[in-house]
Amino acid sequence: MSFQATPRLADGVTVVEISGRIILGEGTARLRQLLRDLLADGHRHILLNLAEVSYIDSSGIGELVSGLAAVRSHGGELKLLHLNRRLRDLLQLTRLYTVFDVHTDEEAALHSFR
Amino acid sequence: MVALTRRIEVTLETQLDSVDLGEQIALRVAGAAGFDEEEQHKIGMAVREGIINAYQYGNRQQRGKKIFLNFELAADRLIVEVLDQGTGFDLHQVPDPLAEENLLKTSGRGIFLIRCFMDELDVQRGPQGGARLIMTKRYPPHLRSNLSPGPHRETPRRSD
Repeated sequence: MSFQATPRLADGVTVVEISGRIILGEGTARLRQLLRDLLADGHRHILLNLAEVSYIDSSGIGELVSGLAAVRSHGGELKLLHLNRRLRDLLQLTRLYTVFDVHTDEEAALHSFR
Repeated sequence: MVALTRRIEVTLETQLDSVDLGEQIALRVAGAAGFDEEEQHKIGMAVREGIINAYQYGNRQQRGKKIFLNFELAADRLIVEVLDQGTGFDLHQVPDPLAEENLLKTSGRGIFLIRCFMDELDVQRGPQGGARLIMTKRYPPHLRSNLSPGPHRETPRRSD
């Protein structure tokens, strides 16, 4: 399944429902453009719901790191919600699990931006 | 006694589609070899990262160059080679992505992931230069005896 992203607003936070594959090529390019567009539109508190992400490779991980840096450089925060087991394992292997603020509950995630 | 093995050789174009194609082939080979779903996923991802490395850093996305992907079903392990037509690299010079100063870098995790997902990784210089990634994954114990060489299912090892 190809990369898809649907943003919505919840309690002042931009929640982006992402599905499909975040891999070298279209997936990473579209994630990069999505975050650029959100930042350009003034969104600073961004929560990526990755529950429906079926696959991510090293390029996808790199894009998440790049997005985190980009949002922080605009004074905002990028957080992650609902990692599947394989993505969680990948972030733990790469020591990025502690770099990202990762949540398993949307309410708690939204509250953490306040 | 002649050592017997099975070998699959694939030549890939230096293009983005080759990354998915190579991974799909790896998943099929790993499945046919008897690895379970989790191990198939790891092998597929390791091969994917190897091809990304060849595509981006070895061949530098130059369409005229090739990526050679070889699978060898040996008696006790699966051996996968990814050979590019670049200038090669020294595995020991690859920065550690877990080092504090590299944690927030946006690239440089592919080789690390191959090491995590396979049992062994070596990088040699190819016959005409380029990097030759050799990654191996041992079969689970119950498969090693089932896959032991036998003339009814094997073809002779190439001598070249």
